[in-house]
Amino acid sequence: MADKRIDEATGTPTVGHEWDGIEELDTPMPRWWLWTLYLTIVWGVVYVVLYPAWPLGDRATEGVLGWSSRGELAEEMSVVDQARTTMREELARIPVERLPENSELFAQAVAGGRSAFQVHCSQCHGSGAAGSQTLGYPNLNDDDWLWGGDLKAIEYTLVNGIRAPGVDDTRTSIMPPFAGAFERSQLDALVNHVLSLDGRGTSSSAGAQTYRDNCSACHGAAGEGNRELGAPRLNDAIWLYGNSPADIRAQILEPRMGRMPHWSGRLDPVTIKMLSAYVWSLGGGEELVEVAENPTVEVDAEP
Amino acid sequence: MQAEAALGRAGLWFGVLILSIVMAATARDPGFAAHATIIGVVAFVLMWMSAVRFDPMGRARGFFRIPEGPSRYDDDPVRWGVLATMAWALVGMLAGVFIASQLAFPQLNIEPYFNFGRVRPLHTSAVIFAFGGNILIASSFYVVQRTCRAQLAFPALARFVFWGYQLFIVLAASGYLFGVTQSREYAEPEWYVDLWLTIVWVAYLIVFVGTLARRTEPHIYVANWFYLSFIITIAMLHIVNNLAVPVSLNGSLSFSAFAGVQDALTQWWYGHNAVAFFLTVPFLAMMYYFVPKQAERPVYSYRLSIIHFWSLIFLYIWAGPHHLHYTALPDWAQTLGMVFSVILWMPSWGGMINGLMTLNGAWDKVRTDPIIRMMVMAMAFYGMATFEGPMLSIKAVNSLSHYTDWTVGHVHSGALGWNGLISFAAVYFLVPRLWKRERMYSLRMINWHFWLATLGIVFYAASMWVAGITQGLMWREYGADGYLVNSFAETVAALHELYIIRAVGGAMYLAGAVIMGFNVWMTIAGRLREEAPMGAMPAYDSDKDRPLAGSAIPEPAE
Repeated sequence: MADKRIDEATGTPTVGHEWDGIEELDTPMPRWWLWTLYLTIVWGVVYVVLYPAWPLGDRATEGVLGWSSRGELAEEMSVVDQARTTMREELARIPVERLPENSELFAQAVAGGRSAFQVHCSQCHGSGAAGSQTLGYPNLNDDDWLWGGDLKAIEYTLVNGIRAPGVDDTRTSIMPPFAGAFERSQLDALVNHVLSLDGRGTSSSAGAQTYRDNCSACHGAAGEGNRELGAPRLNDAIWLYGNSPADIRAQILEPRMGRMPHWSGRLDPVTIKMLSAYVWSLGGGEELVEVAENPTVEVDAEP
Repeated sequence: MQAEAALGRAGLWFGVLILSIVMAATARDPGFAAHATIIGVVAFVLMWMSAVRFDPMGRARGFFRIPEGPSRYDDDPVRWGVLATMAWALVGMLAGVFIASQLAFPQLNIEPYFNFGRVRPLHTSAVIFAFGGNILIASSFYVVQRTCRAQLAFPALARFVFWGYQLFIVLAASGYLFGVTQSREYAEPEWYVDLWLTIVWVAYLIVFVGTLARRTEPHIYVANWFYLSFIITIAMLHIVNNLAVPVSLNGSLSFSAFAGVQDALTQWWYGHNAVAFFLTVPFLAMMYYFVPKQAERPVYSYRLSIIHFWSLIFLYIWAGPHHLHYTALPDWAQTLGMVFSVILWMPSWGGMINGLMTLNGAWDKVRTDPIIRMMVMAMAFYGMATFEGPMLSIKAVNSLSHYTDWTVGHVHSGALGWNGLISFAAVYFLVPRLWKRERMYSLRMINWHFWLATLGIVFYAASMWVAGITQGLMWREYGADGYLVNSFAETVAALHELYIIRAVGGAMYLAGAVIMGFNVWMTIAGRLREEAPMGAMPAYDSDKDRPLAGSAIPEPAE
């Protein structure tokens, strides 16, 4: 079978075999190919000497350079930690409500808070902290606060959460469901009254009466809300679960009440402080006015 | 005698039917019940066929115009394989365009059966194992007969391999939609489907080795080395990676034999070698046969084929750990994965060189022959992907690229460019020969297919490169104050336009495959499109396409 002919087009001899009409040329391997292969092998040999490479049963060679991925990570983290140590110590010392007095520290806290927010909070509140009306996650950019918008109140919410199961000091309140409590016409009148609170639609005496009897204790006579109870304000344009008559009716009959996890124990106090500063800085942060005259924490402790 | 045999067969299928009814009735989960029902339906159809001696295959053969009469090689499983290749290509690529659109427009997630999590493995398995697997089995049966100048050994077993493999595909694909998965990438099917594939695969090995053993050529052609290493290694990888303990014999759930980082390493040893020994080695086998045949040129270098074959299969098997850079995998294993991957660069390129340089003396055909054009583009993408692979395995690069769409782009430039185009070229080569037609229905449509596919890949790969690097940079971006800048959702939002471009590229690629389906269909129907000629196809002498004298089995299996 060995029929070594010279291939005309290339001038190269064939190997002399043939399969179904296919022949093979006896071309030498391209030199650049061979040398590059050798080069990568040499590089490989050098690399496995320099870096951890060979398993030895219960351990492995460590490499001449002594490099390890854990070591590299620890080194990088310690550099960053060192750069932050001073700032974190200062943050740990300062009470959160006095943070704005130190503008440089405050800026640092806001930056760190933003980063932590993207990791821990954006899942519900959104990466821009705009929340979601359909899902009932509050918008943190506005000045409408369910439980208070000063630095201390925000920090308290972060530490204890809202309706967080198993947390003694969590913020909690319940809106009773009114399904079956009202006649159809009574309910319509009530919805119209609630709509009238933020300037939409017209109220009726029946609607106002129903509101007074059932809602004003928590939401206030004019719908101004009550932060101690976490009762939302109804006389503004901001609605947690939607502003249409149907949304409002649904919320009266089968109220949805959001939960927020508590972050104490999961995040360290300094990170929580930074998060408070970030949320406070978003646009709706309020001054803690009472603190000078009345330093009790009653506002926070009593839900 | 015949009636008794038919009755015996019917009885056997009846037994399978009863067993599957029992399994479906006592199944612990709906997915397993659905699979038992599928088996039951198959058994019922087979029983009915045996009982009434109805031969739907005869009708199907008529429908697909499969040539009658004795043929010199046993090409029937090849013909069915080519048809299955075309069908699964369309299914798999359609699923791909669908999930690409889901990533751009999440509203397209149809719960629960057609959400991304379930359709994604359907896409990957359909294109890799159904489209790729079928063309590999079909082309290996074609090539091994020609290059050994011998008929297939064990014709009945070869038919079992084809149909058994289709059953595996149906069970795997339907399982994904039902939520049956063991959550191992590219090895999602559960334990009982794995067992079935093992049986089919061993039968495949027996047919292939049996045919090699009866060859009338003194030497084994290089394509068959590649096919053989593919069959053996895939068997090994499949069995080891799928070692698992079923929770019960009538439920789909099982637990892996490995845990923790050992489990991850086993999975990626398998996963990377699925790329190596499923998507590289046997497709090189196809290249080694179809490129010299279509170009009518001798293979460039015999020596190169030996060295690059052995270095490729020796090195590839170690490269898997590069999928686990910067994880809990010990540093030494990561190092070895990276080093073997980088050394793999030249052995991979050996195949490209041998394929491309085979065109020496016939480069003018790139201008005139759309099939050659497709092959050249396939080899070019093979070269690009096998350069990019070693590069991505370098830790410093990997720290940027890992978990990003860059990886997705890399895989697709290899899968669409290399595996897809070389398979299309092989189908265009095979169909006229298998159905004894003068040529394909239309060469100009092949040219259209070529350009749609090539442009589609460019859109796909380019958008994913940009997307991957964007992601990688956004994930690691630190502000001047030392804190991460972006949330994960922001990095997703940044990719929206790129995801649309990717879906468009995929749709172009699918459009090319649809044109191919039409072209193949018309060829099988015996039509020739009247069009301006594009250049001569290689001469085909059907009289010479036969086993060597004295080696043929007297009665062809058809």
